[in-house]
Amino acid sequence: MTDLLLSQIKLGDESPSGTDEYVVNLGPQHPATHGVLRLVVKLDGESVLETIPVLGYLHRSIEKICENRTFPQGITYTDRVDYASAMTVNLAWSLASERLLAIEAPVRAQWLRMIFTELQRIASHLLWFGAFGGDLGAFTPFLYGLRERERILDLFEMTCGQRLTYNYIRIGGVMIDVLPEFVPKCRAFLDYFEPKIDEYEKLMTYNPIFLERTKGVGIIPAETAVNWGICGPSLRGSGVTCDVRKQTPYLFYDQVKWEEPLEYGADCWSRYKVRMNELRQCVSIIRQSLDRLEPGPVEAKMPPILKAPKDSEVYFRTESSRGEMGIYLVGDGTAKPWKSKFRTASFSNLAILDKITRGWKVADIMAVLGSLDMIVPEVDR
Amino acid sequence: MSGADILMTVKALLQPVFQALGLSPTLQTVVYAALSAAVVFNVAAGLTTFLVWMERKVSAHMQSRIGPKRVGPFGLLQTVADAIKLTIKEDVRPAHRDKIPYFLAPIIGFVAAFMGLVVIPFDRGFVVEDLNVGILYVVAITGFSVIGILMAGWSSNNKFSLLGGFRSAAQIVSYEVPLVLSVIPVIMVTGTLSLHHAVEYQAVNGWWFTSLRYAVPMAVAFMVFLTSATAEANRAPFDIPEAESELVAGFHTEYSGVKWAMFFLGEYIAVVVSSCVAVSLFLGGWLAPPGVDALFGMMHLPFLPGYLWFLLKLLVIIYFIMAFRWTFPRLRVDQLMDFGWKVLIPIAVLNILLTGLLVLGA
Repeated sequence: MTDLLLSQIKLGDESPSGTDEYVVNLGPQHPATHGVLRLVVKLDGESVLETIPVLGYLHRSIEKICENRTFPQGITYTDRVDYASAMTVNLAWSLASERLLAIEAPVRAQWLRMIFTELQRIASHLLWFGAFGGDLGAFTPFLYGLRERERILDLFEMTCGQRLTYNYIRIGGVMIDVLPEFVPKCRAFLDYFEPKIDEYEKLMTYNPIFLERTKGVGIIPAETAVNWGICGPSLRGSGVTCDVRKQTPYLFYDQVKWEEPLEYGADCWSRYKVRMNELRQCVSIIRQSLDRLEPGPVEAKMPPILKAPKDSEVYFRTESSRGEMGIYLVGDGTAKPWKSKFRTASFSNLAILDKITRGWKVADIMAVLGSLDMIVPEVDR
Repeated sequence: MSGADILMTVKALLQPVFQALGLSPTLQTVVYAALSAAVVFNVAAGLTTFLVWMERKVSAHMQSRIGPKRVGPFGLLQTVADAIKLTIKEDVRPAHRDKIPYFLAPIIGFVAAFMGLVVIPFDRGFVVEDLNVGILYVVAITGFSVIGILMAGWSSNNKFSLLGGFRSAAQIVSYEVPLVLSVIPVIMVTGTLSLHHAVEYQAVNGWWFTSLRYAVPMAVAFMVFLTSATAEANRAPFDIPEAESELVAGFHTEYSGVKWAMFFLGEYIAVVVSSCVAVSLFLGGWLAPPGVDALFGMMHLPFLPGYLWFLLKLLVIIYFIMAFRWTFPRLRVDQLMDFGWKVLIPIAVLNILLTGLLVLGA
């Protein structure tokens, strides 16, 4: 398989600068913080001529496995699809299954789902912030981001006992109600965190070296981005409104006031700025959701075995931290989906890497990868 | 006990030894020089041990961590533990390496770094050899380390190392120019290339920041020098040759154990040498800050010997160089070159012009 790919890279006889071209492997084991992604890169000195991502190093057949698991059992696998943003995938599967099985979660559960999804979005963006800084050579943002992320993980652990793979948002509601101290702790965290966003912006956003590395680098014009299937903050960095929470609102996103951050530079810096602004929006959404939280049940009354109707199918789109997370389920009258498919943001975002890094330097591949917020388990599933 | 006193004591102690051995004066000078070089070498190596610990602590505290704390009090023996580990590590060598350059590269990198210490004045009269071409010698030796890096990159038979070696060579050679140019204003004013004489000039005429005439050009020269020195030592934000997120470890990817340790130490010593030069030329070397000695005299406090003032200033500069590493992202290699050639060199040249006008005029 690899030989086939490598043979597709034709080495030219002589490049314009009179030097030889050569092929280099970036990954799959890599000190960079992107997981098991392998890039076969054809270089002329420092300039990139072609990039071929080789996928599959993290393929775990999740979609196939889910065909042999009942709908509730599938949720444990969704955590592993995107482990940096597990709540959002839990949510997508739960909402898709609920649509298929005609179940409605109670109101309190919906609000709790919103709170946890947005907390997860903050946690994921903080991890991205650290990884992006690390790709560019700034080692410190990683620790600042993770320090704040620890607080969020403490909130998660308090609620469902897990720090990474939660299995918390279930079909019909959430797993368990939050402890009484959750709400004050969450508010305290938000009050602590909001000024931190400004602190991080002070460190990175207008730093001359950071600007040199990201401004004008990896420009994806809006039309190209839409044509190539880019989604999420990467697309918003090119000025295209695409937030699923605004287009087809689910949960109560249409009942809270929030903005969809847009930037028009279409470069790495714009994508970075979009995510920093999203952090602020998340804080606002969580605050409003905490205010609107009313006591009530957190799980719907459901039959003991959930059977999907025969010949039914659903495709449910949600906005995960990386972009559109869509889940396609086909029911065949049994308790297990006949087919499940995860439409993940990282998979479609990765496609454009080759196009926009041609002619740039090796260091720019890392900058672009970082700005696209790639999580490899999402790519391979 | 000032540095000069220590030297005189040592000389006095050695005299009978030399006479007992019946050494001719030439041989005495040679042995004496070798001994002083050995002492400086050992002190510098010891200082590096301390500096590795300091880097880990500084970086840790800047990153909301603690750093080493278990091995020895405050983790001070951590570097010792690391050094022991490196010496007992298996020497993994690529099978298809170019044997002779592969072996020589770390030696050259290491030796070139240490040779710069010969002309540094740690106190009045406290130099190994006060060459009258002091600064020129230091800059020449710094350029010499490029050979080691290129040899390492080539002989490793590894594309990543080669790329790293190329980048590093380009970077060091480019930043030599602003390094030298930034030092020229000091030479113009002090009229000497010797570091010892430069400090003596500051002893007589006061520190640069107290001089109304030369404060600004010297400040600019200092900043250009510090930036170029950071680039010369391959330290962030100019550490593209060792960019871990891109090239594994650049030119020293294929080196392990003691060979890698020599590159690592060489980098630290390069930082130390550059900082020593910066302290001598711009911050008054072994001199106490203006007025402090008088203040100590008034308060009946003991005077700090010159070499301790030198050490203090050295640690301040090294702290800043370390802080750079953990604050800034790294520059891309072409941006790095742009910065050196298109920003630092014009600034340094204009600074020379300005200093020239100030020296000639008024």
